[in-house]
Amino acid sequence: MNYIVSKPELKVVGTRPVRPDGVDKVTGRATFGADMVLPGMVWGKVKRSPHAHARIVSIDTSKALKLPGVKAVITAEDFPNIASEEAFVGEGPMNFRDLSRNCIARDKALYEGHAVAAVAAISQAVADQALDLIDVTYEVLPHVIDVEDAMRPDAPILHDDLFTANVEPKPTKPSNVSKRVYFAKGDAARAFASADVVVEGRYTTAPVHQAYLEPHACVVQVASDGQAIVYSSSQGQFMVRAYCAKLLGWDIANIRAVPLEIGGGFGGKTLVYLEPLALALAQRSGRPVKMQMTREEVFRASGPTSGTVIEVKIGARRDGTIVAAREVLKYQAGAFPGSPVQPGCMCGFAMYDIANVEVIGYDVVSNRPKVAAYRAPGAPMSSYAVESALDDLARKLRIDPIVLREQNGAREGTKTHYGPTHHNIGFLQTLEAAKQSEHWKTPLKARNGGAVGRGIACGFWFNIGGESSGAVHVNEDGSVSVVSGSPDIGGSRASMAMMAAEVLGVPVDKVRPIVGDTSSIGFTHVTGGSRVTFATGMAVTQASEGVVEQLKNRAAQIWEIPPEAVDWRDGKAYPAGSNAGAFEPLDLAEIALRAGKTGGPISSEVSLNAQGAGPGFGAHICDVEVDRETGQVTILRYTAVQDVGKAIHPSYVEGQIQGGAAQGIGWALNEEYIYNAKGQMENPGFLDYRCPVASDLPLIEAIMVEVPNPRHPFGARGVGEVPIVPPMGAVGNAIRDAIGIRMTDLPMSPPKVRAAVDADNGQKAA
Amino acid sequence: MSKHHITTTINGEPVEFLCEPQETMLDVLRNTLNLTGSKEGCASGDCGACSIICDGKLMCSCLMLGVEAGGHEIITIEGVANGDELHPVQRKFLEHAALQCGFCTPGLIVASKALLDENPNPTEEEARYWLAGNLCRCTGYDKVIRAVMDAAAEMRGEVAA
Repeated sequence: MNYIVSKPELKVVGTRPVRPDGVDKVTGRATFGADMVLPGMVWGKVKRSPHAHARIVSIDTSKALKLPGVKAVITAEDFPNIASEEAFVGEGPMNFRDLSRNCIARDKALYEGHAVAAVAAISQAVADQALDLIDVTYEVLPHVIDVEDAMRPDAPILHDDLFTANVEPKPTKPSNVSKRVYFAKGDAARAFASADVVVEGRYTTAPVHQAYLEPHACVVQVASDGQAIVYSSSQGQFMVRAYCAKLLGWDIANIRAVPLEIGGGFGGKTLVYLEPLALALAQRSGRPVKMQMTREEVFRASGPTSGTVIEVKIGARRDGTIVAAREVLKYQAGAFPGSPVQPGCMCGFAMYDIANVEVIGYDVVSNRPKVAAYRAPGAPMSSYAVESALDDLARKLRIDPIVLREQNGAREGTKTHYGPTHHNIGFLQTLEAAKQSEHWKTPLKARNGGAVGRGIACGFWFNIGGESSGAVHVNEDGSVSVVSGSPDIGGSRASMAMMAAEVLGVPVDKVRPIVGDTSSIGFTHVTGGSRVTFATGMAVTQASEGVVEQLKNRAAQIWEIPPEAVDWRDGKAYPAGSNAGAFEPLDLAEIALRAGKTGGPISSEVSLNAQGAGPGFGAHICDVEVDRETGQVTILRYTAVQDVGKAIHPSYVEGQIQGGAAQGIGWALNEEYIYNAKGQMENPGFLDYRCPVASDLPLIEAIMVEVPNPRHPFGARGVGEVPIVPPMGAVGNAIRDAIGIRMTDLPMSPPKVRAAVDADNGQKAA
Repeated sequence: MSKHHITTTINGEPVEFLCEPQETMLDVLRNTLNLTGSKEGCASGDCGACSIICDGKLMCSCLMLGVEAGGHEIITIEGVANGDELHPVQRKFLEHAALQCGFCTPGLIVASKALLDENPNPTEEEARYWLAGNLCRCTGYDKVIRAVMDAAAEMRGEVAA
């Protein structure tokens, strides 16, 4: 299977063709979630809690049901009250009971924006009127928003049946701390005592939203015999099907989930919000139902990722060898357990070879929307703290920050503090490429007398494999159709077509890829974990190889020679040598034309569970200018270096790196959830929740380092998540370089930078 | 409340529609006229996914009422290409891989066309500020800016088409 060695001359992989779905997307023809319509369709809308924490005493839907044009009203009573059960169909674990109660509140509303009821009506206007007529009686309860407040013994408790897991003795009182995570290697406490230098810090990060441009949307239909179809935009049609079946108590085979184009997800569309409600409304109304969130609903009720408090401590010898490291991480989970604190605990020190490490994490519920996966879930916050501390260490030891990381960097055989040993990784090569970059070699210049600085930070992500399916069909004219189970969120149709074309030896525009629905392709895990090019790519590659075997077999039949006497190259069958006989080569079209006479249609489908995804490493270099008067931070130059294994379509790999970096810059500088004293979000719109816009950013140079992953046919590693890990550290370190102040609280927004400058001036004056 | 009868021109063709007085142009385009290329990302004029050109001016169709369309010339994403021939901005978006999910792409292309209609020779900074009203969460804008600058150069005849 090792194409890297056996196929040194790739013809398609590594080139930059126009993506097969491109024309539809630049002309407005592509069908996203909200673009779908069905005949007879009615509109569904959700009634949401205005309270951060409240007992639902009663819900009176009678007035709403009497309103002309209202077709159905539902509450949690219309869904089975399901038991606690861990599920693994999205990205990371999800408890079915929690998911059900997140989709529609049962007994208690746990955050402002929590769904409590839903209606279906003949128009959006009538649906809105009906929402107003639903009478919900609440008993408002004390709420808690911040993570450390929620951990206090006297904090308002969200779940009476939640007891902290993994602590001794077993707690007898419920807590908002759902679990403690612990990893240790060596003896950190003793090693700190022997360190020449110790740096430490306490870092806080704000919750941020994935802020995909497309709000959640779906259209569903349920027939009277119970067979349903769900059209929606998500990161996994099989995830949609599994969750809907479970939450409604229906057979999986009765639900066909059709993936529409997805307008961004970044992890935030690896679970369902609307689809189960829409199905229940469609079943009760007998009409197709369309639902779409407003942007405000997206902010209040979906995503985000955790806000965190992280303490970090690193000890080193004078020569720069890190001897001890400790991290304590507290992550907001939102209203239900399940923050990404575990990967946070694993990723911070995963890049370094440190003999003594201790990491403790806490998963904490509070009255916020349940967090959802966001690009390298949990890692960016942890790395922000660790990479800031490493920058402090480099300064203290007067060692170049790249050299310090090289000196302690993970390499072949490094055992991580969470267990596994690194193999075939490209961290040192990534650091070397950063060191050799034009950016790093070019001295930083003062601009208009402003305070300028440069920072570097690194990032790690595991990447995953898992279950995927791909099918390759040779059409009657020799053109090729590829079907995969992975929603295309950023160009994966292109990479699937390219890998198939490479194996088949045909031009890429002869291969047309689609994303299949749940009834037309085998099970496939979500588009997440940077797994599609790796795992689904492996399935498509193997299916293509299966087709090549069949093509050789068909040629052998036509020539009446043994199949092993046939070679396949450049899209044609050749006799393997002079002994095989003298035959004119047969191309795909000629063999396809005769398929009926040689055994029938030529196609192959492969379903597999891909192992060996191969982790990725990044190193980002950032130059900033800080305006001491206003606190404004301007990114002057940005370079992102990453080990990508093998770039199948380099432009889309660069795009992942650039986009991840931009999201990280937003996280570093501006993005945050702001709550009022009642626990209500005050900035649920793009005006006040400030994502980076074009004028906020420079060009972002993406440098791809290719250390092949031996477990993928072309050497690919996941690339989508690594690039969001380093930016907060890189920006923070650049600000530290510019103004001499270590910013420890994200976002490093103008008011905070200005306050830090003022405090620093005050200290200097005193 | 009675509906208003509106006569307008969209993508060069005469169009008539009925709309409620409070309906936005975006809702009319998407729900009444089935022109779903214009997207709703925020409905508050902050993301630019619904960008259209009205009498040569770039607008967010979510901030315009349907009843305001009467008598004007409107271009939506569906009218940017000339039949099967893509506009240079559309072609350059594809060549530069300036889209990932593609949801903000119609708005960005309409806004870029409006920029180049008005200023055929923008600096990178001018392009960035012009497009600052169009959020893209996938690309980090790098390839978007490169595509727009390349399209501008081609339209000025500086490079072979």
